[in-house]
Amino acid sequence: MRSVVTVTCVVLALAFLAYMLVLADITQALVELNDSKLNILLSERGVDIFAATQMDAMTLLLIGLALLTCTVGVANSMLMSVTERVREIGTLKCLGAQDRFIIQSYLVESTLQGLFGAAVGVLLGCAVAVAASSATYPGYVLSSFPTAVVLRSLLASMAVGLFIAVAASIWPAAAAARRRPVDALRVEE
Amino acid sequence: MAESLISIRAVTKTFKLGDQEVRALRGVDMEIPKGAYVSIMGPSGSGKSTLFNMIGGLDLPTSGDVVVEGCRLRDLDSDQLAWFRCHKIGFIFQSFNLVQTMTAQENVAIARTFAGCSYAESMHDAAEVLKRVGLDHRLKHLPSQVSGGQQQRIAIARALVNKPLIILADEPTGNLDLKTGQDIIDLLNEMKQAYGVTIVTATHDMKMVSASDLLARIRDGAIDELLGKDQMNVTIGTIDGESVA
Repeated sequence: MRSVVTVTCVVLALAFLAYMLVLADITQALVELNDSKLNILLSERGVDIFAATQMDAMTLLLIGLALLTCTVGVANSMLMSVTERVREIGTLKCLGAQDRFIIQSYLVESTLQGLFGAAVGVLLGCAVAVAASSATYPGYVLSSFPTAVVLRSLLASMAVGLFIAVAASIWPAAAAARRRPVDALRVEE
Repeated sequence: MAESLISIRAVTKTFKLGDQEVRALRGVDMEIPKGAYVSIMGPSGSGKSTLFNMIGGLDLPTSGDVVVEGCRLRDLDSDQLAWFRCHKIGFIFQSFNLVQTMTAQENVAIARTFAGCSYAESMHDAAEVLKRVGLDHRLKHLPSQVSGGQQQRIAIARALVNKPLIILADEPTGNLDLKTGQDIIDLLNEMKQAYGVTIVTATHDMKMVSASDLLARIRDGAIDELLGKDQMNVTIGTIDGESVA
């Protein structure tokens, strides 16, 4: 159940990130076409057709905020999951589990969740971006689709998602592993 | 008496609760011989669990030493203590403490993997031990699908799978009915013979006491009385009277 929360968090933030990146890639590709009819259409949409990139400060800030929220969400759900399993962790330590084992098992879990969430989110964001821009600039998007650039953006988003999922769970996992088994076992369920 | 496996030497333990100091143990000395079945009795809050934690390397004494097989637990770092718990100690808890999402076999096998065994080896050994405790027909069941007595059997199998020196059982019959409790005591005794382990239990259960070779009564953090098997029969009547009240 917890993992659903974590994955959803990553999916949403990554969908947003991928959407923004892909949309910027596509718009930039359209700008570079330098088609007079298209340029008018782009200007009407408020696109700066003379800019070198379509990422402005506001967009970056929004992306940053989304990722930060995602990190906090993942860390929170990890912390809950660790708290729920305090007794279990204590028991495993009594059986001879080293701290390393506890941390590793949480990292494996969050890596899988991060990979899955990021993959779904990235695909979702990309699909929405393509659909939205196709609707706005009919006939232009698919013919001049910047495949290589978009692919790079998607891979970068995947990496960011995975990094967030792992980074946000290291601290809760380490805190859980370091608890002394005596204290962990005393916790009532 | 045979040479002792566990030496508890002048062990004290002081906890800080806020600004109050609680002296859980105030100088406990005890020698536990190899292969013995020791019962520790005492009212709750008498320091029983604290003493248990010391023997299991879960907690360090404030002063004094616990020596197991000639090794001072104080000298071990946290990885060495994990190794010690893994290879030398088998824990059994009052509330079983099985991992609810894992099958009986996996619950036992995970303890084996901590000793460095592969997954296949661990599952194989787990099946063997579960068979010894009479659960070969429950390997794939989850803890929630079996009775309390069977859960405790899984826990006993888990405690035995690494062939430890010592089984530490903290009120192993506390959550079980009389009949099931007796079965668990019989099983522990049987396993003591089969594996040659030393068993240390904390208990209120007189049946467990009568099965043991040595009885230590703890009161207010110190050993009140230490009785051998031959002395016990004489005193059981009076202990019974006191402990039931």
